[in-house]
Amino acid sequence: MIGITDLHKKYGKNKVLTGVDLDITNGGIYAILGPNGSGKTTLIKSVLGMVIPDAGDISVFDSSIKGKWKYRKEINYLPQIANFPNNLSVKELIQMIIDLRQKPSEEEQLISLLELEPFLDKKLSTLSGGTKQKVNIVMAFMFDSPLMILDEPTTGLDPASLIQLKELIQKEKSKGKTLLITSHIMQFVEEVADEIVYLLEGNIYFQGSIKELKEKTKEKDFEHAIAAIANYKTHA
Amino acid sequence: MLKILKYSFYDLMRSRWSYVYFLFYLLLGFVLLFLNNDLSKAVITLMNVIIVLVPLIGTIFGVMYFYNSREFIELLLAQPLKRSSIFLGQFFGVATSLTLSLMLGLGIPFVLYGLFKSDAIWNFSLLLVTGSFLTFIFTGLAFNIALSNENKIKGFGYAVLLWLFLAVIYDGLFLLSLIIFEEYPLDTFSLAAAMANPIDLSRTLILLKLDISALLGYTGAVFKQFFGTNSGLIISFGLLLLWAILPIWSLSYKSRRKDF
Repeated sequence: MIGITDLHKKYGKNKVLTGVDLDITNGGIYAILGPNGSGKTTLIKSVLGMVIPDAGDISVFDSSIKGKWKYRKEINYLPQIANFPNNLSVKELIQMIIDLRQKPSEEEQLISLLELEPFLDKKLSTLSGGTKQKVNIVMAFMFDSPLMILDEPTTGLDPASLIQLKELIQKEKSKGKTLLITSHIMQFVEEVADEIVYLLEGNIYFQGSIKELKEKTKEKDFEHAIAAIANYKTHA
Repeated sequence: MLKILKYSFYDLMRSRWSYVYFLFYLLLGFVLLFLNNDLSKAVITLMNVIIVLVPLIGTIFGVMYFYNSREFIELLLAQPLKRSSIFLGQFFGVATSLTLSLMLGLGIPFVLYGLFKSDAIWNFSLLLVTGSFLTFIFTGLAFNIALSNENKIKGFGYAVLLWLFLAVIYDGLFLLSLIIFEEYPLDTFSLAAAMANPIDLSRTLILLKLDISALLGYTGAVFKQFFGTNSGLIISFGLLLLWAILPIWSLSYKSRRKDF
């Protein structure tokens, strides 16, 4: 589904990705983890074509994405920071995205699930951070696409919405979709992720299931295992 | 691209600034006509205002709009849309709405004053056409500057500097060079220099069309010989068109290489 070979990207002198190789073939939930500034968002944005890599190749659905844009029709993306055009209302924004994508959508269900009805006619600039994130979630989940990329989906959500988000994610997974998720909430990752991709200093440092990670680091607790893996190299 | 254009156009139609711009021109048109009491004279005064103000407003508005719509752009980039169509759609949205404000704002008072019955109609249309060209050119340049500079303050600074250079400093340098090299034949040089700057080009074009080139002395005669003919007119418009196309081309080129 996604094949990344030898991906390099630097911003000025700051090398963010240094030769990432990643293959994602099956459906399931892949958690992309790593310390702050390890290149998670850059990696995701490269797949989306928002960041242009310096070197390396990315293919999505078995064809290279270089200079292409139509493949994004099959990707749903939830950006990390929910920034929206401020003078649109929630309803207008959703309608606009539907109009741009020209795909059947199920926004009404999601809006009622996340209890967004009272906000539909409000301007996006007046919404709270958590409500904006809910709008973000509606826009990411309303289309039926085989690949979903969620960058920090839990930001600003209250516990009830968090539970709904997890249910949504599981529902999409059960349809056989591939989900890429980044998060710093380890409890959340442990609950939903099938496989961990750990980025460190611009490279994939570990890839495998949570069980394998625990075995490798000899830690029983997932959060500690993740914290330990960053030091693993120096200890070993 | 048309969809993006539609959305940014709607967006602008709802923003206060388009109306401020429109009302400003409306007011300007009425005041000029009231003070001059004559269509042709009002057209000349208007030219001086348009030549300087239209580029300034195009520049400021272009930069401002681009920085304000950054979120919108990021949202669009994740959608199945071609990059160049996102940026070009936004650009045409801004440039079209500015042009519309200019045309309606100035057109309404002049039409009410009886433009269609007067001989000034051609001069006035030329004024509007060059005004539209200037809007497109400077909005395009502003978009380029904003796209190349993440830092808003820097972007604004460069954009204003660009306007200042083309609207004021360029003329100063031009005059200075004419004085320094007084002893040489400068016809071709001044002709080329006037054509290399879209503001000067528009000004010369309008001045000559208004038939007041006698004021320009000998150089005016040379200019008249060049711009007054049909081929001169075509070349000048060709150049204005080139000035309008270059920023658009560079915008689509730059947008393909930019990270978000």
